[in-house]
Amino acid sequence: MSERLLDVKELRTEFKREKSWVTAVNDVSFFIDKGEVLGLVGESGCGKSVTSLSIMRLLLDTSGRTSHGEVLFEGKDLLKISEKEMRGIRGYNISMIFQNPMSSLNPCMRVEKQIIEAILLHNKISKQEARQRAFNVLKQVGIPDPETTLRSFPHQLSGGMSQRVMIAMAMSCEPELLIADEPTTALDVTIQAQILELMLEIRDKRNTGILLITHDLGVVAEMCTRVIVMYAGRIVEEAPVKELFASPVHPYTQGLIASVPKLGSNVTSLPSIPGSVPDLSVMPKGCKFAPRCKYAQEICHEKEPELTYVDGSDVQRCRCHIFHEKKQEVRA
Amino acid sequence: MNDYLVSVKNVSKTFVAKSGLGKKKFVHAVNDVSFNIRPGETFSLVGESGCGKSTTGRLINHLLVPETGEVWFDGQKISAMSEKEMRPVRKDVQMIFQDPYGALNSRMKIQDIIGEPLLIHTKMSSRERLKKVQELLEVVGLNAAHGERYPHEFSGGQLQRVGIARAMTVNPKLIIADEPVSALDVSIQAQVLNLMQELQQDYKLTYLFISHDLSVVEMISDSIGVMYLGTIVETAPKKLLYGDPAHPYTKTLLSAVPIPDPTREKKRILLKGDLPSPVNPPSGCLFHTRCPYATEKCSQERPKAVELEKDHFVKCHYPRIANG
Repeated sequence: MSERLLDVKELRTEFKREKSWVTAVNDVSFFIDKGEVLGLVGESGCGKSVTSLSIMRLLLDTSGRTSHGEVLFEGKDLLKISEKEMRGIRGYNISMIFQNPMSSLNPCMRVEKQIIEAILLHNKISKQEARQRAFNVLKQVGIPDPETTLRSFPHQLSGGMSQRVMIAMAMSCEPELLIADEPTTALDVTIQAQILELMLEIRDKRNTGILLITHDLGVVAEMCTRVIVMYAGRIVEEAPVKELFASPVHPYTQGLIASVPKLGSNVTSLPSIPGSVPDLSVMPKGCKFAPRCKYAQEICHEKEPELTYVDGSDVQRCRCHIFHEKKQEVRA
Repeated sequence: MNDYLVSVKNVSKTFVAKSGLGKKKFVHAVNDVSFNIRPGETFSLVGESGCGKSTTGRLINHLLVPETGEVWFDGQKISAMSEKEMRPVRKDVQMIFQDPYGALNSRMKIQDIIGEPLLIHTKMSSRERLKKVQELLEVVGLNAAHGERYPHEFSGGQLQRVGIARAMTVNPKLIIADEPVSALDVSIQAQVLNLMQELQQDYKLTYLFISHDLSVVEMISDSIGVMYLGTIVETAPKKLLYGDPAHPYTKTLLSAVPIPDPTREKKRILLKGDLPSPVNPPSGCLFHTRCPYATEKCSQERPKAVELEKDHFVKCHYPRIANG
């Protein structure tokens, strides 16, 4: 039925800070099936983007390193293959779109040249054929006049248009997996609606798997089939989208969902999570959320909990010592 | 007149976009905008980027002067004031900005940042100032020890609290908050919004709240003005705007907001194309190029504001057309 596309196992990524290494992402395991939209949510600094960069091996020339884990894509461990082999996969099997379309496009190159470059890198076809293909993908992403757009420079395009160009470029080689890192955060709501619709359309047409990284729970609810919630570099909860919103188990997920103002809910004050995200270099010893958690007990400050399945569920996982009691409380 | 703290009447502002050789081009940033704010209420301006929300805010605190129209504040016509006449009024209008990192001087201690308005507007001694600053730090949920630190030692949410404390120092009548929470994470955003509401009750503040986020606006506002391409297309009290939006643009905007509830059915209205350029805005109704209900009349004649019911104004030839 569903085919496994990407399998990430126990990923750990660290960054060098002066003389020590700080862990940005730890023990992150998840998978994506074909045609599935997996949401990765969390606040800034929780390791969402670092996770995606580690998968794509884009941390090589930085102070970061992936020190542990496996990234299995079609049976191959992406962390072990050669850089040359990886280059063949990037943009061809796995593509990425970034938050700020304006700064991801080269401002000195016409759109035409940028898309053709991506196509020619992976396909042995003539320039004319590549240009024709560029024209077609632009048309597919809903650009009304592809010919003019091809000849424009990025600064001549609006934010929504540049994001469409980015998506077109990412889709030009028909990848099996699309990693979208906050694709609509820089866009206005009406344009965001257009882009989200477009991504779902692509998914339906080509059965592409999408890893959608976002901080916006509204976007998650509308787009995703499954969701992973991250906090301080760990997965704290994983669940199908309906379960996540109907019965969140981890206190952080509960707090996060409660603190979002919902349109039409007619409230005047919001429950908020006290405190703020811990700094990477001074992580609490036990559960990373314990200092902000209203249910925290002694064990929470002592020992870090494991990510385990919630009772009676084989799809919902949670990293919390005391979730059994809490789940009942939520339901009551 | 005195019912309102702020009264904006048919204000317009254009900027020169291209000068030098050739024909001058103008950006019509704010175009025939009118609204009123009652004391103690929160009035919000919502709209997409480039619609003139922030420019309108700057017209109210006299950082910009309108070309036509009038701005009244607390019974005074401030749009006609000189900078010197304006200075005593400035004490009553304070601002909170979007990016707390950019809005605070990184070389000043927090207590000096918060105390600066007192230095300018009052004759307090330095000891009195420090005492007031420490009080304010407590009020916004920080403590007196934080005053000795520099901005880089704080998180975004804490800095926004500092920004709020600074705006509060001189007991302003109006606080203009320009996207105060959009740079913050959701859990922090809720903290800051709650703080702003507590302060409003305790100190009888009036807010002009500028935001692009309709969910946040719904939570904090009493009335709302929806802006599109430099003009307010609809003004209404909160209940009416969210319950019975009359302008097709308001309706679209509301439908485009993602709702964090996967069981809800999506009924998104998708707009065609992008925002037209404010350099040469469309003829007739500014929204007609993207409006699914536009007719011949819309492309020729600019609609005037109609009062549908008390305090509910809309600029559309066919109000409530989208409601079926």
